[in-house]
Amino acid sequence: MNTLNIAKKGLLLLGMLASAAAFASSEINLDKAPVNLGDQASLQRGVKTFATYCLNCHSAASMRYNRLQDIGMTEQQIKDTIITTDAKIGDLMKVAIDKKEAKVWFGAAPPDLSVIARARGADWLYTYLRGFYRDESRPTGWNNIAFDKVGMPHVLYELQGEQVLSHEGGEHGAAKLTLDKPGKMKPAEYDAMVGDLVNYLVFMGEPAKLKRGTYGIIAMLLLFALFAVSYQLKKEYWKDVH
Amino acid sequence: MDKMTQLLGWVDDRFPLTKMWKEHLSEYYAPKNFNFWYFFGSLALLVLVIQILTGIFLTMNYKPDAEMAFASVEYIMRDVPGGWLIRYMHSTGASMFFVVVYLHMFRALLYGSYRGPRELLWIFGMFIYLALMAEAFFGYLLPWGQMSYWGAQVIVNLFNAIPVIGPDLSVWIRGDYVISDATLNRFFAFHVIAIPFVLAGLVVAHILALHEVGSNNPDGIEIKKNKDPVTHIPLDGIPFHPYYTVKDIVGVAVFLIIFFAIVFFAPEMGGYFIEDNNFLPADPFKTPPHIAPVWYFTPFYAILRAVPSFAGTQVWGVIAMGAAVVVLFFLPWLDKGKVKSIRYRGPIFKYALTAFIISFVGLGWLGVQPATPLYTKFAQFLSLVYFAFFFLMPWFTKLDNAKCKPEPERVTG
Repeated sequence: MNTLNIAKKGLLLLGMLASAAAFASSEINLDKAPVNLGDQASLQRGVKTFATYCLNCHSAASMRYNRLQDIGMTEQQIKDTIITTDAKIGDLMKVAIDKKEAKVWFGAAPPDLSVIARARGADWLYTYLRGFYRDESRPTGWNNIAFDKVGMPHVLYELQGEQVLSHEGGEHGAAKLTLDKPGKMKPAEYDAMVGDLVNYLVFMGEPAKLKRGTYGIIAMLLLFALFAVSYQLKKEYWKDVH
Repeated sequence: MDKMTQLLGWVDDRFPLTKMWKEHLSEYYAPKNFNFWYFFGSLALLVLVIQILTGIFLTMNYKPDAEMAFASVEYIMRDVPGGWLIRYMHSTGASMFFVVVYLHMFRALLYGSYRGPRELLWIFGMFIYLALMAEAFFGYLLPWGQMSYWGAQVIVNLFNAIPVIGPDLSVWIRGDYVISDATLNRFFAFHVIAIPFVLAGLVVAHILALHEVGSNNPDGIEIKKNKDPVTHIPLDGIPFHPYYTVKDIVGVAVFLIIFFAIVFFAPEMGGYFIEDNNFLPADPFKTPPHIAPVWYFTPFYAILRAVPSFAGTQVWGVIAMGAAVVVLFFLPWLDKGKVKSIRYRGPIFKYALTAFIISFVGLGWLGVQPATPLYTKFAQFLSLVYFAFFFLMPWFTKLDNAKCKPEPERVTG
């Protein structure tokens, strides 16, 4: 009875702490990224977008081109559609951009994107890449709802168009982006393209993820078998312990 | 005599192989009533072996160089065959080591395993815990991510608070004015040889001390008091081998199911085992807005932050954090209870232990949160509870003696 009371009080205290935590974190709402590593077509569309728009300034220096075979591309396809430099198929995705110059241009050198999806999370990337808006106070003319005062200009603006930021119900209201000038793509098409790109970034962040689930299931089956056998063995040995 | 027996005899004439086998396994008599809480000693040994083996393979491809460290970890994750598995086993092993050790220590609190005649056993165990914290701290710098870097920066800066010698001491530890390549190199040396060497020695001492005094058990009574008059074997004892070897294998199987479920299905454990920010390479010019140590240090980190600066120095927080660990060494002498096991203790001890566990878990949770004024108040309160458990223990355990239940003569189920 008494122990139960203590447990109740403990739970109450933890509950108070947890609700205080929810109050403390007031960040922007992230949109859910449509990540599906089983969708090879999406991953292949994603890497094409990546190679066309990102892989000029951003490197992915831990990733080898031939690793794209993991998402169903042949070496020939990789050479024809992804590699635009004189890089070999087994090379890392490096770029020729000068980091010092880039820092002068953008205020910060473009980060390597090999594991960006693991650092930032897919949802953040998905929100960020769809979150650019016009802001004339910025040197590039662009700002971002997920990354205030971002150094990168909106590379995909031709596709998405130009968004503007407004606040519903005054200065401190919820931030809202509206499409001011439409781009080459419809909003749904643009979202789908960014979704594929983010999907690819998630794959690139951890190529081993494609197979670790399968290995995991095999490991679980073997270990459950070990458990069953060892449990029977233990029961047999312990028969004579009273 | 067959050939194998001959060979064994040859060895035994030169090395106490059979003698050691008997002393530590086949004729080491352990109480027959071990329960769930008694799996964690052998599991800690298992995790130590996992860490050493995976560590050896990681070392073959890791580069302790500020320019190459981060990329070399990704090289292991991508280009080394099976490298991702080895790395995840090592990162999961680090956290699981603390899970297992915390449960192992909690067992000691439950059943009074630190009490005489096991004081030295407890002290060796505490030194293992200290070595483990050092090992984890040094190892966490090696991936050279943002959390590696700034976590190390925060911890080493703690030494700045020491009067007079503090600033020089922290430069001496780092080998530079900031965490740098020099720091990475020396931390690597500590992580792969110095501390593991100490750790292995302490583990041997811990086991030798255990086998000298014999294991405690959930009833907290000494099985050596009731021996068979002829054989001198404890009546409630059973040979460790085969009984507890086969039982511990069951524990190992269950543990490995959990361990590999994490490794294969959730190696980051929602950012607690591998922090998101550690996938950003270390950048000495960019301080992350929120620096949180890995979960197993957070109770002590919360205590550090809870103590306000006083008389112009923040050294008090550092002292409190150190004291929170050191005070555990004195448990055997703080506890004045006449029984060891919680089964026969009075209610006061049970309340106190519950409050202590709530404070430890609560502080651990607060340690990963930002230090808002409200949280700091919570942390201060829970720090008081934490220390009260130890400093009031001589009194509450004495008071509790009036309501103790009688201990049984022989172990119960």
